[in-house]
Amino acid sequence: MNALKNPANMFTAVVMVIFALTPFVAPAIGETFYVTVFARIMIWGIAAVSLNLIMGYGGLISFGHAVYLGIGGYTVGILAFHGVTNAWIQWPLAIGLSGLIALIFGAISLRTKGVYFIMITLALAQMIFFLSVSAERYGSDDGLNILARSDFGVSFFSLEDKMTMYYTIFAFLVASVLVSWRLVNSRFGNIMRAAKSNDARVQSIGVATYRYRLTAFVIAGIMCGIAGLLQANFERFVSPDMMNWPRSGELIFMVVLGGMSTLFGPVTGAFVFLMLSEILAGWTHHWHIIFGPFLVLVVLFARGGIAGLLTPKSRRE
Amino acid sequence: MDYVLLTEQVLNGFQLGIILFLMAAGLTLVFGIMDLVNLAHGSMFMIGAFVGGTFALLTGSFVLGVILMVPAMLVIGVVVEMTTLRTLYPRDHLDQVLATFGLILFFNEAVRLIWGPEGLVVPLPDYLDGIVSLGFGITYPVYRIVIIVIGLLVAFGLYLLVGKTRIGMLIRAGASNRTMAGALGVNIPKLFSIVFGIGAVLAGLAGLIITPITQAAIGMGEDVLILAFVVIVIGGIGSIRGAFIASIVTGLIDTLGRSFLDVLLLLFLPANAAESAGPAVSSMLIYILMAAILFFRPQGLFPPKGAQ
Repeated sequence: MNALKNPANMFTAVVMVIFALTPFVAPAIGETFYVTVFARIMIWGIAAVSLNLIMGYGGLISFGHAVYLGIGGYTVGILAFHGVTNAWIQWPLAIGLSGLIALIFGAISLRTKGVYFIMITLALAQMIFFLSVSAERYGSDDGLNILARSDFGVSFFSLEDKMTMYYTIFAFLVASVLVSWRLVNSRFGNIMRAAKSNDARVQSIGVATYRYRLTAFVIAGIMCGIAGLLQANFERFVSPDMMNWPRSGELIFMVVLGGMSTLFGPVTGAFVFLMLSEILAGWTHHWHIIFGPFLVLVVLFARGGIAGLLTPKSRRE
Repeated sequence: MDYVLLTEQVLNGFQLGIILFLMAAGLTLVFGIMDLVNLAHGSMFMIGAFVGGTFALLTGSFVLGVILMVPAMLVIGVVVEMTTLRTLYPRDHLDQVLATFGLILFFNEAVRLIWGPEGLVVPLPDYLDGIVSLGFGITYPVYRIVIIVIGLLVAFGLYLLVGKTRIGMLIRAGASNRTMAGALGVNIPKLFSIVFGIGAVLAGLAGLIITPITQAAIGMGEDVLILAFVVIVIGGIGSIRGAFIASIVTGLIDTLGRSFLDVLLLLFLPANAAESAGPAVSSMLIYILMAAILFFRPQGLFPPKGAQ
């Protein structure tokens, strides 16, 4: 257990154990509320892990990543609205659509760099946001209630069951971290990281980095789409707000707060971010006035995020 | 489609374009010269509306409110630049996005604390509150014409400032090559403060002149900010001329799309499909335009000469 000697890994392990045990511990201490809170945190964690894949390892600052939450969520919501609750139709469609939109948006935005890339991903995401606002049939601003969760058609696995719902989210969180671990430590991941540090050099040794980036962009889009379909199922509600641009900003912040380009950083980032907002919001109605400057300070003075603060200097890469 | 409605909508589109230009001009200079992603520019739009609106209510004169807003926004802009943004110039874009995102949260909440959650209603003076006839049966609100005239005057003034004065020359030099301009003895930090102050005043002006029509609300700058991003991407970062042309085009396409697209769709879609697709497609029009322009010219339509 050498890895646990690193405080950052220790922190990660504690967070994961909390996630795993909450449905048993929370009712025992009479705080069932935390089951809901942690389920939400895990869903954001999946989305943050997916963003970290392109932003942390690929250097692609997407300011419209929350749009895939919306795509995944609205696919489930709209299908349910029309009476299609079969998960075997809903889920593949949600995943396929997220991937397709990511392919189109990626193909357009990856032609640009730097500031342009940030603004274009933002603008494309807002386009879908405004589309959802203008869709009167599906509730416009007010959002869409989902009467029934995705139905897998088997008796032993129903998302209507609280435990099943919670551990499904937990399983997807673990899976998303595993997928990004496999990707990052493969040839694919090496090329992504190499292209982040020097794109021209990687291209000149004969690697078409555009294709690799686009592939990563699509994988991240799909992963975040899954977070969206989980969110729709968990909350039984979708609204344009779930893909409005502040959500994308919050996702970026979760990744940076936890520690960019670290495997579990985004998960711990989502955990600390949402717990902190929960605590501050309970404290004062005007919690943004503390949270905003906190954000600025983290950016200015704690660039490595929590992982950076907890990792001894000698072990940092 | 009758020409009266068409003229009115063209003027409305023009007016939206003017507002976008006032936002985009400051934004594109800040991007071009300082290479800084500044999301808090939308907050300047909002603060201009609230501060100027308060001055207008206190003095009882809208014009006085506008005049007093200018030095106030200049001070606020320079203070924000000197306290926070200055430390962000050497940082990467990600840090800039996050820190200015934090500023937005702060400013929105600060405005909520000071002015309350309801926003601020600023009435127009009587002499601006009329409707004027433009001939051929076309009538149009006086105030909207005033907005267009103010915008054109500011655009002309900026053109003179950037194109014909010494400070404008320094700004252009900074936009095309910051390091070289610095090496040749231009006081870059001072130039940055001035440019940011001008940008804050322009954004504040945009926010304030739109307030009698929409009223001042928390977060009002954010939608405009995103439209201004689109404008800058279309026009080319760092180019005032590009920002002006792209603003007017974006304003016109957005406004005309919203009012006439469903009529246009009726030509080749059944009535109920056109009615539901119209608003959806028209809200996406300018983004589709942006994507198309980027596809053919990733650097925008009018990138400043010599910029890397």
